[in-house]
Amino acid sequence: MVTLVSRASLWLVLFLACFVAMVAAQDTAFSIQMGTCAVAALAALWFALRGARYDRIARGLPNAPPANTSLYDDEVIRWATIATVFWGMAGFLVGLTIALQLSFPQLNFEPWFNFGRMRPLHTSAVIFAFGGNALIATSFYVVQRTCRARLAFPGLARFVFWGYQLFIVLAATGYLLGVTQGKEYAEPEWYVDLWLTVVWVAYLVVFAFTIVRRSEPHIYVANWFYLSFIITVAMLHLVNNMAIPVSFLGARSISFFGGVQGAMVQWWYGHNAVGFFLTAGFLGMMYYFVPKQAQRPVYSYRLSIIHFWALIFLYIWAGPHHLHYTALPDWAQTLGMVFSVMLWMPSWGGMINGLMTLNGAWDKLRTDPILRMFVMSLAFYGMSTFEGPMMSVKSVNSLSHYTNWTIGHVHSGALGWNGMVTFGALYYMVPRLWGRAQLYSLRMVNWHFWTATLGIVFYAASMWVAGITQGLMWREYGADGYLVNSFADGVAAIHPMYVLRAFGGLLYLIGACVMTYNIWRTIAIGDQRDEKPLHNIDQNRDNDRPLGQHVAVPAE
Amino acid sequence: MSSETKQPFAWHGTLERNVTILAICAFIAVIFGGLIEIVPLFYIDNTIEKVKGMRPYTPLEQAGRDIYVREGCYLCHSQMIRPFRDETERYGHYSLAAESMYDHPFQWGSERTGPDLARVGGKYSDAWHVQHLSAPRSVVPESIMPNYSFLANTELKAGEGGSMKGELKALKLAGVPYTQEDIDKADDDLKAQANGDGTDLAKRYPKAQARDFDGKPDKITEMDALVAYLQVLGTMVDVESAAAQEQLAQEKGR
Repeated sequence: MVTLVSRASLWLVLFLACFVAMVAAQDTAFSIQMGTCAVAALAALWFALRGARYDRIARGLPNAPPANTSLYDDEVIRWATIATVFWGMAGFLVGLTIALQLSFPQLNFEPWFNFGRMRPLHTSAVIFAFGGNALIATSFYVVQRTCRARLAFPGLARFVFWGYQLFIVLAATGYLLGVTQGKEYAEPEWYVDLWLTVVWVAYLVVFAFTIVRRSEPHIYVANWFYLSFIITVAMLHLVNNMAIPVSFLGARSISFFGGVQGAMVQWWYGHNAVGFFLTAGFLGMMYYFVPKQAQRPVYSYRLSIIHFWALIFLYIWAGPHHLHYTALPDWAQTLGMVFSVMLWMPSWGGMINGLMTLNGAWDKLRTDPILRMFVMSLAFYGMSTFEGPMMSVKSVNSLSHYTNWTIGHVHSGALGWNGMVTFGALYYMVPRLWGRAQLYSLRMVNWHFWTATLGIVFYAASMWVAGITQGLMWREYGADGYLVNSFADGVAAIHPMYVLRAFGGLLYLIGACVMTYNIWRTIAIGDQRDEKPLHNIDQNRDNDRPLGQHVAVPAE
Repeated sequence: MSSETKQPFAWHGTLERNVTILAICAFIAVIFGGLIEIVPLFYIDNTIEKVKGMRPYTPLEQAGRDIYVREGCYLCHSQMIRPFRDETERYGHYSLAAESMYDHPFQWGSERTGPDLARVGGKYSDAWHVQHLSAPRSVVPESIMPNYSFLANTELKAGEGGSMKGELKALKLAGVPYTQEDIDKADDDLKAQANGDGTDLAKRYPKAQARDFDGKPDKITEMDALVAYLQVLGTMVDVESAAAQEQLAQEKGR
């Protein structure tokens, strides 16, 4: 009773605060955003009151009936899985749109759908919405299974999911309205940042306390990666978004850091958004799903220890390689370069540990399209973590920086590594989460695999060519000692590459559409396509449950 | 257990059994890089040194900068010229750290889908900028820049609640040396600059250019502000007289 009242009053207070802010707002954009928050708070209030079991409360019982503790708490994971697919489709679609805008500038519709406002929409949708939901879904899935314990604080876990969706909606609508901090990958304004901080702390609490409740004595390696990802992202987010709001009733804020300090803080954040959000977190996925799908133990325990600590220690230094030859002092640039090159080793340690896990199971690649997806993701992880250190060498960077080579590099990592490992994890989880014998179609997984792979090849290859073309044209001197090309010549020269890139993106999107249909059909109908069978691994459903009330053995 | 203790990584078992110790160690591992690379930048001379000519943006220029940020211009245009022959010949003298010291946030950018803008100020006429922003391909046929014709039709609502005072105050809190007079007169300064009345303005903002930027003298539009910002970019510091970075690096104690 007390919980219900306090919860409901919290939402009511939040609703009223947002409503007041909406009415008193200094600018239209802030008013719209606060209106969105008010609607969200009202929805939360409504669900809190409607979902309450008044019959139980009247009898003096706790609101919620005791959960079935013989099963894992998978409801939030199901939501986050659907959200991953939804935001993935949205993010890929916006990505294709802006790729076409760069090929055919007539496709810009001012002011809301110009490239400058759409691009953060794309990056945030794929990194934070698609990637973030995939991380929430898989981390909650993996932490329960590897700890053999139910999720701690189920109510808070649901708050994490819905709070994160609100963050995404606020960020995305804000970009189109022109609300931005002007820092790449950290565009959301101060109030959205504050909200995300609350959600993130809740995420850490749910995750860490689930580990505390574990029945297994050891914390599995996937959870080390998830834990360090959550902690480090919290640190990066807090420092990089330090800002002074111009008014508490307006969207705009002034970044606390400016100039060269601002640049360093931003790329310390920006590179480690890659390092921790898109690498450490996704390595957590890799360490659970690859061994499960291959049905082989992780290749090396010692390698996982070495590469975990080396990876998180070295990654954080690599930021300055985004600022080579700028006004950042030379020593900082050199530090960034040296650590980036060193980072090659732990990165490949992770790739090797993943690939060698297939020892004795390589034959399954011929018949298991999901495993194929994981192996391709590790291959792209290896390629882009070689390419990255190479591009951070200053002499290479002098050519590659500011060009589309960087875009190609990012997408070989994002589409290849993050995308493929997420698709694999989704294909693994969906039948298990919805209690289906298997996916609607494994042949469609195979189609997804090939269209996505081909799409990445088109994307990365065209951007390499475009980037090197740009780099060479900008620095080309004629025999007369003058620059040969105007800037516009370079823009015109890469037009065909932009079109090919958009084609690659289209292929990737088509693959994702096939996945969406396959997953929708598995969830909604649950039948199986009449097709020549492919290898499908056993779900081992009887063992997929918590180990009862055992308490973890404390460290000696 | 006895066989486990002989393993070379047996000590790691302690971390694997205690989430608190694991979390603390993981946090310690990730703080060094940032501390060592970021903190010195607040203290060493060549990142905090003031260079002659640098002044805070006028309210109109700052309002233009807000539009530059709002429209995401930084996603395609860098403002950081690197010290290479081709870049300095194409764009001008390489950028100095001091030139962006009043930029909150910095707008160095990471991509040159379009050309660098660090020294675009004074290179083109106001009329060219207005035409180019409204319809880029009418002046540069190869351009893939979106049209920004709405800027010329949108009345400037600078700052929050129609006043630049709050924003200048926040900037001052972040370390930009606006005086109290600057803040009090912010809105008058903005109007004066866009209307071409720059005598009082130039006392506090040296070399500030005051004129009607967008060719529409009857109203102050977002185009006025954005063009005023673009026209001041890279013009504050006389780079030829400022000490070059190589010389700075050779001096002792920097």
